[in-house]
Amino acid sequence: MNHPEKYLEIWKLQKAYPSPSGPPAVIVGDFTLNVAEGEFVSVIGHSGCGKSTVLSMIAGLNDPTGGGIVLAGREVKEAGPDRGVVFQAPCLLPWMTALQNVTLGVEQVAPHKSRAEQRGVAAHYLDLVGLGDSLDVHPNQLSGGMRQRVGIARAFALSPKMLLLDEPFGMLDSLTRMELQQVLLDLWATDRKTALMVTHDVDEALFLSDRIVMMTNGPAARIGDILEVPFARPRDRHDVFEHPEYDRLRQRLISFLEDHAQHPQADDESVDDPRNIPSREPGDRESFSSRRTFSVTPKSHDAA
Amino acid sequence: MNERKFRGDWIVLPLLGIVAVVVLWAISSMTWAPSLPTPWKTWQVSQPYLMKPFEKRGELDQGILRFTWYSLILVAKGYTIALLIGTPLGFVLGMSKMFAKTFDPIIQILRPVSPLAWLPLGLVLFQKSEPAAIFTIALCSMWPTVLNTAVGVRAIPQDYLNVARVLNLSRMKTLLKILLPATLPYMFTGFRLSLGIAWLVIVAAEMLTGSPGVGGFLWQEYNSLIYEHIILCILTIGVIGFILDRLMGVVERRLQVAKA
Repeated sequence: MNHPEKYLEIWKLQKAYPSPSGPPAVIVGDFTLNVAEGEFVSVIGHSGCGKSTVLSMIAGLNDPTGGGIVLAGREVKEAGPDRGVVFQAPCLLPWMTALQNVTLGVEQVAPHKSRAEQRGVAAHYLDLVGLGDSLDVHPNQLSGGMRQRVGIARAFALSPKMLLLDEPFGMLDSLTRMELQQVLLDLWATDRKTALMVTHDVDEALFLSDRIVMMTNGPAARIGDILEVPFARPRDRHDVFEHPEYDRLRQRLISFLEDHAQHPQADDESVDDPRNIPSREPGDRESFSSRRTFSVTPKSHDAA
Repeated sequence: MNERKFRGDWIVLPLLGIVAVVVLWAISSMTWAPSLPTPWKTWQVSQPYLMKPFEKRGELDQGILRFTWYSLILVAKGYTIALLIGTPLGFVLGMSKMFAKTFDPIIQILRPVSPLAWLPLGLVLFQKSEPAAIFTIALCSMWPTVLNTAVGVRAIPQDYLNVARVLNLSRMKTLLKILLPATLPYMFTGFRLSLGIAWLVIVAAEMLTGSPGVGGFLWQEYNSLIYEHIILCILTIGVIGFILDRLMGVVERRLQVAKA
């Protein structure tokens, strides 16, 4: 690669929706960011600020209305398996087993391999996420955490140019969430794929990322600040939390989010985030063990 | 509702219901409806048709299941055509908004038309009674399949379609691996309703065309004043319809489980 510092280049990315009355509603305005090869970058911001919109534009699922995206020297114009996407809801196909779900992707990126080889690749990645014993299980028999493990395996099994993670643990309870953060980190450490993750969990961002991009609220959300995360890799959760810098970095993120806590406009929220997560709960911060679990929105608990 | 359950209630209670209706029938035939044959008389007169259900004594005098078999074959032909046309039509209707806007009104207009109205048109078109009956069955039973398939296609979660886009699945693969399995439970609900209608239509079609079958037999026995056989035919039609629906229901439930 000619410019390893600009493996992923996002330039003046903009998303606006036409509005029946008045000027178009600008959700994302002028989002410019370069991501180096092998870097893990998190995008953090309030619900509905447009961070998921940025990610889906990079995934090619949503067309930008301005600016451009270049990945590994090629412009991103449509969706494709060169970007491994992990959705917030695992998005597994319920009529297929875990193995079939992952194999479906492998078939697309390795069409020349035999069926057995494709299945072998899929099984390997399922094994890496700890589902080696559940290959032939259908998603409705898996817990929420296990389903997301399949989702992660599916993304990695594509051997993509980069990973796109859209609040991948947002629907899990905090224990499962920590477990899966470790799974993701271990898997990521094996070949250090360039990764972009959207999250609203401050601790998650600090634990996983090399850089954290803080987004301002909409309308016309943009990058407010960027935080370098200095913790050495490979990381251990305990060491990261005990790191002398940890509290200061965490405080910086929280101050930024609090400074941008004013309510985004009502219509903006509904346009941007179809899941419509309720906005920030002030009491959350003072609660017990808040230091470890502070997040901008209350967590939804997985039933399983 | 807090009713107590007991062992064997699944068989005892339905039997009680049947006995109640038979008693009501017997009382009716003995009091206000003297031309209605009693249950006992019906049984006696129907016996040769029930005990030798597949016997063929003459063109118009055959065992009841033999007649039923003719009817089922006719239904199968019409129903197959209905599915072959209805399923793709439903798919297109579900996928294209423009197509749906164009054809939805005409479908809504044709859908409630009775088989009694279609049959003469079928006779005009095909001259013969069998193709006319098949035409009528296909046309009347097609709509639930069309509409349910369309609903199923529209109900496919965006998540599944995103998976197809992210993995860059070909059109064919998207259809076979995503659209079809996601729609299958809805499609099958349509298939089940369609089969019910097809079976409903057969009787009307046979009565009007006089073709051999359980409906044709019913009409012929009405004309021969053997009213016991009318009741025999009604019960046979009901039981067969019930069995068909149950069979489809079993398959449908299996698909519903796969959906969740």
